[in-house]
Amino acid sequence: MKRRARREKDRIFKLFLVLALLAGVAALLLLLEEVLRKGLPWLDFRFLTSFPSRFPEQAGIKSALAGTLWLLGLTAMFAIPVGVGAAVYLQEFAGRNRPTAFLQLNISNLAGVPSIVYGILGLAVFVRALALGRSVLAGALTMSLLVLPIIIVAAQEAMRAVPGSLRDAAFALGATRWQAVRRVVLPAALPGILTGIILALSRAIGETAPLIMIGALTFVPFVPAGPLDAFTVLPIQIFNWTSRPREEFRLIAAAGIIVLLGVLLTMNAGAVWLRNRYQRRSES
Amino acid sequence: MSSTSNQVLGADGLNLWYGTHHVLKGITLGITRHRVTALIGPSGCGKSSFLRCFNRMNELIPESRVEGRIHFNGRDINDPEVDATEVRHRIGMVFQKPNPFPKSIFDNVAFGPRVNGYRGDLGELVETSLRRAALWDEVHDRLGQSALALSGGQQQRLCIARALAVEPEVLLMDEPCSALDPASTAKIEDLIGELKERYSIIIVTHNMQQAARVSDQTAFLLEGEIVEYGRTGGIFTRPEDPRTEDYITGRFG
Repeated sequence: MKRRARREKDRIFKLFLVLALLAGVAALLLLLEEVLRKGLPWLDFRFLTSFPSRFPEQAGIKSALAGTLWLLGLTAMFAIPVGVGAAVYLQEFAGRNRPTAFLQLNISNLAGVPSIVYGILGLAVFVRALALGRSVLAGALTMSLLVLPIIIVAAQEAMRAVPGSLRDAAFALGATRWQAVRRVVLPAALPGILTGIILALSRAIGETAPLIMIGALTFVPFVPAGPLDAFTVLPIQIFNWTSRPREEFRLIAAAGIIVLLGVLLTMNAGAVWLRNRYQRRSES
Repeated sequence: MSSTSNQVLGADGLNLWYGTHHVLKGITLGITRHRVTALIGPSGCGKSSFLRCFNRMNELIPESRVEGRIHFNGRDINDPEVDATEVRHRIGMVFQKPNPFPKSIFDNVAFGPRVNGYRGDLGELVETSLRRAALWDEVHDRLGQSALALSGGQQQRLCIARALAVEPEVLLMDEPCSALDPASTAKIEDLIGELKERYSIIIVTHNMQQAARVSDQTAFLLEGEIVEYGRTGGIFTRPEDPRTEDYITGRFG
């Protein structure tokens, strides 16, 4: 019967979907297993608190971890206010006209520009023209440019999803545009904006190319004491270790990857917690 | 007919366009103080758009254009000197669908006073506003709870309380009961009867029984023009224009 054939098709399609899902999960699990098996034995307190070394048993990740945290902190400091500000302007204040549409198109395109291009820009503008040198500040500014489009697009999307009836209500009560944005639109859009920020910072933590371009170091036996110090970050350190000839370095690279994943997960968990807390507060 | 001092709001040769669409065509109409004025007419006749002229809400719609005057206590609210937020502060609005903010009941009512820089006792103002909207008894012990947890009818009365909290003179109501069940509708209609003691009310409604029940004056709009305007009793019993008669007897619309 026709109906049976249809059901059969349905089942086959479902099977295909499950297989597609499994392929992704399996690859991830394999990768994770490999990394954990190799890296866990090397991951200890000494590893986290030691500087890199020529001897694998003395090598640690302290400077790279510190560099990554510096970079993330500074990037968040620049990219979040500027990104959210730009999104608020575009979404709530800018007129619906050609210049706005042009800007909008450009921002969407910027999100797709290869990261190495941002590295070249950072090298020319921040390292050379502004004479910031190969500092963590120059790195963070470059990274901010890289993640700005992600934050802007996500924040705009979140604000667009706030019902127009809420804006109307605010205006009808005599609120100015800024008051409506500040007291109604932004709080309602905050969970979506936070999601965008998580995505952006997750991207920043894993980027290597632009930082190599602006001259982040690969052997840093110190922790940056200020924004103008030289630095390295976790992915660069990991890359550096994997390219060394001694087998043990590959194992500590795996340990480095675990640390990187740990930072990423902690950050995401923190943002999810923040988001849930805010959601509950705005509903209760 | 009402004298000028009895007239709180008035439209004078009012035209409204959305883009090239001519929505309101030369409307002239006076709104009497402390009365309920109903605007009726078929969908798309411009009654909601007309209502939005009174607190300059049409400005928020891109490509809208207003010509003619709206007097409020003798002053033209479209005068470039006049601040739109000031107009909306004195002419409140309740919308078709209840639209409470995703905040607590208290913060919803306190929103208007806060944005307008109210200096008095906020708690007292919130209580008075909720009492006037006949909601206080139902919510006084849970002001900190989310407004979204209220029923639809309660939400709409909360929106009324929220509009009253900025202490307006006029209340604009855009089909305030169209999303509510009959019991909630009856409550809001009773409330309208009480509110006209203090406020002048303009209500847009689809429901002709409702217009007949709650209003003192009724205006019938058709395709952006006023067909007939007068005492509600007269309009519903002895309409002068045949089109009004056709509409209220349900022949179209």
